[in-house]
Amino acid sequence: MTSLTAPEGTATPPKRPDRPTPRRPRHHLFPYLIIAPAVLLELLIHIIPMATGFWMSFIELTKFFIRRWTEAPFSGLENYRIAVDLNTPVGQELLNSFVVTLAFTALVVGLSWGLGMAAAVALQRPFAGRGIFRTLFLIPYALPLYAAVITWNFMLQRDTGAVNHVLVDQLGLLDGAPFWLIGDNAFISVVVVAIWRMWPFAFLMFMAGLQSIPGELYEASAVDGASPMRQWRSVTLPMLAPVNQTLLLVMFLWVFNDFNTPYVLFGTAQPPAGDLISFHIYNASFLSWDFGVGSAMSVLLLLFLLVVSLVYLYFTQWKKEKNNA
Amino acid sequence: MRETVGEKIFRIIVLAGLTVFVAVPLYVMVTTSLKPLGDVQAGFSWIPSRLTITPFIEMWSTVPLAKYFMNSLIVTTVATLFSVGVATLAAYAVSRWRFRGRGPFMTTVLSTQMFPGVLFLLPLYLIFVNIDATFGVPLVGTRIGLIITYLTFSLPFAIWMLVGYFDGIPRELDQAGKVDGASNLTILLRIILPAARPGIVAVAIYAFMTAWGEVLFASVLTTEETRTLAVGLRQYATQTNVYWNQVLAASLAVSIPVVVGFLMMQKNFVAGLTAGAVK
Repeated sequence: MTSLTAPEGTATPPKRPDRPTPRRPRHHLFPYLIIAPAVLLELLIHIIPMATGFWMSFIELTKFFIRRWTEAPFSGLENYRIAVDLNTPVGQELLNSFVVTLAFTALVVGLSWGLGMAAAVALQRPFAGRGIFRTLFLIPYALPLYAAVITWNFMLQRDTGAVNHVLVDQLGLLDGAPFWLIGDNAFISVVVVAIWRMWPFAFLMFMAGLQSIPGELYEASAVDGASPMRQWRSVTLPMLAPVNQTLLLVMFLWVFNDFNTPYVLFGTAQPPAGDLISFHIYNASFLSWDFGVGSAMSVLLLLFLLVVSLVYLYFTQWKKEKNNA
Repeated sequence: MRETVGEKIFRIIVLAGLTVFVAVPLYVMVTTSLKPLGDVQAGFSWIPSRLTITPFIEMWSTVPLAKYFMNSLIVTTVATLFSVGVATLAAYAVSRWRFRGRGPFMTTVLSTQMFPGVLFLLPLYLIFVNIDATFGVPLVGTRIGLIITYLTFSLPFAIWMLVGYFDGIPRELDQAGKVDGASNLTILLRIILPAARPGIVAVAIYAFMTAWGEVLFASVLTTEETRTLAVGLRQYATQTNVYWNQVLAASLAVSIPVVVGFLMMQKNFVAGLTAGAVK
């Protein structure tokens, strides 16, 4: 295949050739031509908005300036100061939301990982009915998110929901019917719903990963007398390490950024116990129409995610290199 | 290799537990959508007193469901088609040419996947408002704005997955086409695309699912006229009376196309993941 080393300036397309040589420059232009739509879209939807968001966090962008944003006065770090000032409700609520989101992320990622792994291992051997389980387990992932969350919202209703029916009427575990969508219980609800949606993705990735582990590895370790638990630790887990590395990072980012689950589950009246950070920023921006402070919160969130991702990648890559050495 | 008793017990516990966890909400969704409203309001029961299909009939008139459905269908279909087209071209360039900026392009595209939607939402909203004010191109409240946004959302994953697929197609095939005098585009259409069909299908399903289920941008970028299902379904619950049986009937009806599509193509999807992430 043609390799491109010539400087870009030579890439002017010449007239249709009589000689064979001028064909080369057309090759130089062609990849740029076909990648252009993707680049333009990425610029319009991702890159420019991100740069704009960064800039917006430094101006006083209240409702008054929305349609004349170029006139909005520069306010330096004022928006950041408002966002993190712990002496005001704005700062306290942001901190609360951050803590709630951390706990939410740890629980959802951890339990989804565990359930996905357990299901993938349980379905590793062929047996009659295996395909049915596999299909059933993937349905929560395939369902449109709002359809799944609306169903859960119904199940979690205090008076007419299935959850209280089971816990109070059928099992008698609780005396009075609790609320699940307001108050402190809202945290449990949003965690359970998010796990229901997320674990099939871990399952899907582990299933794909398990397919590439050669059966001989298990046979060899069985000959050596390894127990199933030991096999999981010494064969399955190391062989899934590349999947794991991607999966954990992707799940962390998705779960930490989750907006849709709390939004559909709670509506705009978010209970403090279920006030996840994306949802919090949305409310802070669109209910108060203060886009400057909202942007400052977004930038802080982005910085946090960036630092965590880089640290994570640094340590996983570092470990990999150490193992290879 | 024989299965030990311990393994068998583990398997039974795991599969039974997860089946209950997954199936109960699905069961509630299906049975509630077939219950009369009186049943739903009287408190939960596992067995419906009688089955009725009236929720599936009445759901169309309680809220303008048909309009939302059409909006979702138009936005999602157009976004999917363009996303697959744009991603195919970009993946072809990345897979077959070592051009300047190739590495940074892939890195940038992948890293945009990482960032919270809410980060793009505010600026994108403002950019759309100002494009409208300056150039008179209406992007807020119209389908065009939503289509452009959704098609970009599925691009990173689509490009990444297709590059994996295209890399697996031997270059000798391209060379053979070149010898026969085929242009680059002809090679893409006649040689690469047919060979990468499972990947294209998987990417199309992913793009469709992404756009069909998106809530955040739909809630901000649409008006009553262009509202999609993701936002429209909430209207059943904002009435003074919550028509739970109709809400769940509507949820079920709008889920079936995507769930069936995904389950039919799950093999392609797993194969695509294996080609990309797992290696």
